[in-house]
Amino acid sequence: MNYYESKDLGRFAEVGKFAGGLMKKFFDYYNEATATDGSLTKREKALIALAVAHAKQCPYCIDAFTTQCLETGSNPEEMTEAIHVAAAMEAGMTLVHGVQMHNGLERQGG
Amino acid sequence: MPHDTRYAFLPVLHHHGLSLNPLSIETLQVNMGKLCNQACQHCHVDASPYRTEQMDRKTIDQCLKILSENHGIKNLDITGGAPELNPGFDDFVVRAGELGKHIMVRHNLTVTLDGHPGTRVSKRYLPDFFARNRVEVISSLPYYQEYFTDKQRGKGVFQKSIESLKMLNARGYGKEGGPLVLNLVYNPVGAFLPAAQSGLEADFKRQLGRQFGIVFNRLYTITNMPIHRFRDQLEHLGAYDDYMTKLVNAFNPAAAEGVMCRSLASVGYDGKLYDCDFNQMLEMPIENGEPMTVFNFDPDKILKRRILFASHCFGCTAGSGSSCGGTTA
Repeated sequence: MNYYESKDLGRFAEVGKFAGGLMKKFFDYYNEATATDGSLTKREKALIALAVAHAKQCPYCIDAFTTQCLETGSNPEEMTEAIHVAAAMEAGMTLVHGVQMHNGLERQGG
Repeated sequence: MPHDTRYAFLPVLHHHGLSLNPLSIETLQVNMGKLCNQACQHCHVDASPYRTEQMDRKTIDQCLKILSENHGIKNLDITGGAPELNPGFDDFVVRAGELGKHIMVRHNLTVTLDGHPGTRVSKRYLPDFFARNRVEVISSLPYYQEYFTDKQRGKGVFQKSIESLKMLNARGYGKEGGPLVLNLVYNPVGAFLPAAQSGLEADFKRQLGRQFGIVFNRLYTITNMPIHRFRDQLEHLGAYDDYMTKLVNAFNPAAAEGVMCRSLASVGYDGKLYDCDFNQMLEMPIENGEPMTVFNFDPDKILKRRILFASHCFGCTAGSGSSCGGTTA
């Protein structure tokens, strides 16, 4: 038994056991946002979701959107570039806080 | 390997009120043998350079007799292995053309450059031969990049396929509105469903055009059948049940109504008749008390037959559907 079992993704709907109405609203919204062609294609949305899945380090989402990327025609190069965008954003968000550090240093007379 | 009774197909048809009876014999699909210059990871035929099964001259002549006597059969769809490696292939194409049939050849592209794997006899004449006989060429290209293509079809296949496609283009193949039709076939490199056919076709056209100056007519997306080599691979990865569940969950009644077995008869290298090339490879022949073959070919009995369905049929009915001509829904 692990904290994360890949088969548990198939049980996602069970989270609606005690608040089914809210879960239905969530799934309707989720499917509309991630799994339909809109101003962005399903293919583009899957690459965004894959990047977010890595940034948030959700193993369920990584599994699901790796498949979704492949099933919408993406290739390993595109998928890898997408997670580099996520990694670069995370690095940037860490590093930009260096400005706060500099502000603190200045306040300390550094 | 026998079909899997855990994923029963008929109850799903019944649940949706579907009764899939034969509609016509528009196409005679002839498998000329299992010899191939390649040994692809997902090949449902288990074809390779080491296979020896080949259709003989007598059976080819009988196929031609059927074509000449049955005017309702409009298309001859030739497949294999690499059918071009059968010694009777060229003659079969020329004589079927003389009968006025539309001829499709499932051509793996690389055989043109590799030649015969045993004798090394060159096949570089094929693009000219196809053009001269107005053959519709249908060729597998799993992706517009090397990685996926070579992973599925073997090292070096992508570069050879590109060279071969350029040879076909040079003969006039693949030009929109032109007389020489070149269609490509995409199938997923793993345990996932194909992307939408129209979007993927646009990607292939853009990428192959930009990178190599290659043109083609249509892209057909085909779902991987969970039989033979691909099933072995799924089981090796522990992914067989997940894949079958995915296919079952994606069952589409509209796709089911368009399955290709309703409008074709499939001929094995030994002349036996089947509902499709997949049933052929699973040795599920059409029977009418005795096996039906090209030698006792009876169109009325074929049209009245009960199509044999099994778990692998979920591969043809998932999502937008899958057939030798791409999606069905």
